[in-house]
Amino acid sequence: MNFNLSEEQNMLKYSVTRFVQDQYDFESRRANAASELGFNPKNWQTFADLGWLSIPFDEAHGGFGGGATDVMAVMEEMGKGLVVEPFIATVLMFGGLLNKSGNAALQEANIEKIIDGSLQGGFAYLERQSRFELADVKTQAKRDGNEFVLNGEKTVVSNGAAANKVVVSARTSGEQCDEAGITLFLIDTDAPGVERTTYRLMDGQVVANIKLTDVRVAADHVLGDVDQGYPLIEAIVSDVIIALGAEALGIMQKLTTTTIEYTKTRQQFGVAISSFQALQHRMVDMFMAGEQAKSMLYRAVCAAESGAEDLAKNIAALKVMIGRNGKLIGDEAIQLHGGMGLTDELDVGHYVKRLMMINTTFGDADFQQKKFNKLSYSD
Amino acid sequence: MDITFSAEELAFRDQVRAFLSENWTDNLATRIRGDNQEFKAAQIEWQNKLNDQGWLAPGWPVEHGGADWSVTENFIFETERSLAGAPDVVPFGLKMVAPVIYGFGSEEQKKRFLPRILKNEDWWCQGYSEPGAGSDLAALKTKAELDGDDYIVNGAKVWTTYAQYSDWIFCLVRTDSSGKRQDGITFLLIDMKSPGITVNKISSIDDHHSLNEVVFDNVRVPVANRIGEQDKGWTYAKALLAHERTSIAAVADSKRRLRDLRKLLAQEVSGGRPLSEDTQFQNRLSNTEIELMALEYTELRVLASTADGKGPGVESSLLKIKGTEIQQAIQQMYMDLAGYYSGVIHGEENAETIGHAFGHDARKAYMYGRAATIYGGSNEVQKNITAKYVLGL
Repeated sequence: MNFNLSEEQNMLKYSVTRFVQDQYDFESRRANAASELGFNPKNWQTFADLGWLSIPFDEAHGGFGGGATDVMAVMEEMGKGLVVEPFIATVLMFGGLLNKSGNAALQEANIEKIIDGSLQGGFAYLERQSRFELADVKTQAKRDGNEFVLNGEKTVVSNGAAANKVVVSARTSGEQCDEAGITLFLIDTDAPGVERTTYRLMDGQVVANIKLTDVRVAADHVLGDVDQGYPLIEAIVSDVIIALGAEALGIMQKLTTTTIEYTKTRQQFGVAISSFQALQHRMVDMFMAGEQAKSMLYRAVCAAESGAEDLAKNIAALKVMIGRNGKLIGDEAIQLHGGMGLTDELDVGHYVKRLMMINTTFGDADFQQKKFNKLSYSD
Repeated sequence: MDITFSAEELAFRDQVRAFLSENWTDNLATRIRGDNQEFKAAQIEWQNKLNDQGWLAPGWPVEHGGADWSVTENFIFETERSLAGAPDVVPFGLKMVAPVIYGFGSEEQKKRFLPRILKNEDWWCQGYSEPGAGSDLAALKTKAELDGDDYIVNGAKVWTTYAQYSDWIFCLVRTDSSGKRQDGITFLLIDMKSPGITVNKISSIDDHHSLNEVVFDNVRVPVANRIGEQDKGWTYAKALLAHERTSIAAVADSKRRLRDLRKLLAQEVSGGRPLSEDTQFQNRLSNTEIELMALEYTELRVLASTADGKGPGVESSLLKIKGTEIQQAIQQMYMDLAGYYSGVIHGEENAETIGHAFGHDARKAYMYGRAATIYGGSNEVQKNITAKYVLGL
C-alpha cells in the first residue's frame, strides 16, 4: 500500500510545477485570460512540446497512455497556477471522447493533431433547459441517407472561441430526458449552419452557445454507436471529475498557503493577526477541508485505476466534497484577507471564482449528493 | 498509488475473519455490554481468546509477545474486528502503559509487569488528568516526594476510566516545581491496593459507571516502580499521545455503525413508509458517509506514511477531530431515528415489552459519546496543535 507517484509521474508533475513558476505569474495569467481566445496559444504549443497533450491517449495513437494518476499529477499543479489553457476541454473531454469512441478513422484523423497542438476541441453537452442533467437533450439529429441533419442549440460550450471541432450530443430517438437515444457527433465549428456566440465566464474561460441549423454530418462522424452516446458521456464525465478534483485540490492548497502567509504579515492591534486563536482555528478548518478533499481524490483515483465497482459512487462523493470544501476554503480565504480579499488586484478572488465554476461543472454538490444517495440508498 | 492488498494480506484477512466468526459470539457480545463485574469477566474472556491466538498485543516487540505485524496487517485486523462489532482491548495496560514499560522501563519492570498484562491478570488505569489539569496536562499538581526508597504521593487524579476494576494505575506526578512545567514530572506505577488510595465513583450522563476520581493520601510508592529517570516522565508519556489520537478516530467502527443504522432505517417507518426513503435522512447519511469515505483514506495515508518510516505525521490531529465529529454525527442520527424511544430507560428484561430497544443504546452511546471530542486532548486543543506544528502559526 502506498500513495506515492512513480518516478515518471513525479517528473511529469514537476514539469508543470516549473512551467507555472517560470511562465505563469499572476500578471501573465491575467493577460492570457483576457485575450480573445481566453488563453495564450504560445503556451499551448509549449504544452505540446512538453508532451502534456498526449497524456490520456493510447500509445497506438502516439499517446502517453496515462491514467487517472497521471492526469491528477498534472491537474493539481495546473490548479495551483490557475492555468486557463483549455487542457480539460481539448485533451480530456474532446480528446477523451475520441479516444473512447472506438471510431478508428476519426481517431486517426484527429488525435495526432490534438497531440501536436494544432487542433482545438470542445464538448457541447449542455442546453438552455438541461441544467445538470446530461440526458436532457432536445437538439435533434435526423437521418438522411448517409448523413444526419442536426437542429438545435448547445450552450456554455467550453473552449468556445478556439475550438475547431466539437463533439455534440443530439437526440436520435426517445423522449427529451431519456438516456437512450442520444448520439454523439463530431462537427466542424465552421461547417455551414453552425453559428457561434462567444462569451466569458467568471473564471476567465471563453465559452460559446452554438446554434445548429440544418447542419449536415456524415454518418461516419458518429462517436460510438447511434442512440448509445450516453454511457460514453458518463465515462468521460467520470474522468473529467477526477481532473477537476485535482485542479480544485491545487487551488485549495494554494488558497490555504496564501492565507496563512498573509495572516503572518498582516498586523492589527500591534500583532500579526495569525496570533489570534479564532483565526488559527479557521485556518485549521481550511487545512482539514483540503486534506479531506485530497484523501477523497486519492480514493477516486484508486477506484478509477483499479476499475472498482463502486467507481460512480466515489466520483459523486469527490464532486460533493470539492464543491463543499472548496466553498469553505474560498470563503475563508476571502474573509481572512479582509478588505484585500475583495480586490480584483489580489489573486485570491480569481482562485475562488475558478473553484466556484468547478463546483458548477457537471453538477454542483447538491446535485451530486442526490446522485450519491440514489447510488447508495435506493435498494 | 497502490492500495490493493497482496495475496498474503488477503489470506491474513481471511484468517482474521475466520477467527472472529468462531470466537466473537453473540453470547460474549451480550455479556460484554453488561454492567460492572459481568462486563469485566466477559472482556477478560475475550482478551484471553485473543491472547491464545497471539493477537492480544500485536504491536509489542516479539520477545514480549508481539505479533510482528506490518502496518497493513494491523490495519486489516482492526478493520475486521470493528466491522464484526468486537470491542477493542481495554487499552490502559496493553496499549498505553506497556509501550512505556518496554520502551523506557528496567529489565525487572518488563519481567514483572508485561506477562501479567498479557495474561489479563492485571488491569490498569491511567492517572493523567487532574481536577486542575485537563487539556493542559502539564499543569498537574499531584506531588511525589522522595522518602528513603519510597515516594510519598499526595493529590488526586480524575476521569479515571475503570479505576474501580483496576489493580494498577500509571501516573504522572510532580517531583519538581522549580523549572519549566514539563520538566518536573515523573512517571510512576502505583499498586491500587496501596494504603491511602480512595476511588470515588463519578456517575456520568449515560447512566453508566466508568469514570472515577482517585485520591492519594500519603501513598507510599517504591522507587523501583518509577519508569526511567525522575523528572523525565513527560518525555515518556508524550511518545504515546500521537498513537492515542490516531486510534480515537475509529474509522472502521463508524463504518459498522453506519451500516447498522441503514438496516434500522429500513425497518423504522413513518407514515407507513420506511425511513430509509426519507430524503432528509438520506442527506444526513451521505453527509457523514462521504466524510467517512475520505477519512478512511486519510487513515490509509497515515498508515502508508508510518510504513515508510516517516511516522504518523501531521494528520493524526485531523484524524482525531474528524473521526470524533463523525462518531457524534452518527450518534445523533441513531437518536433522531429512535424519536421518543431515545428517552426510554430500560433493561434487557423489559426491552421486548417496551419496544424499539435500540433507543436505549442510542442514548447511552450519544451521551457517553460527548466525551470523544473532549478526551485525548479536546478537539480545540487539537486545532491549537495543528495551528502551531503543522501550519506554523
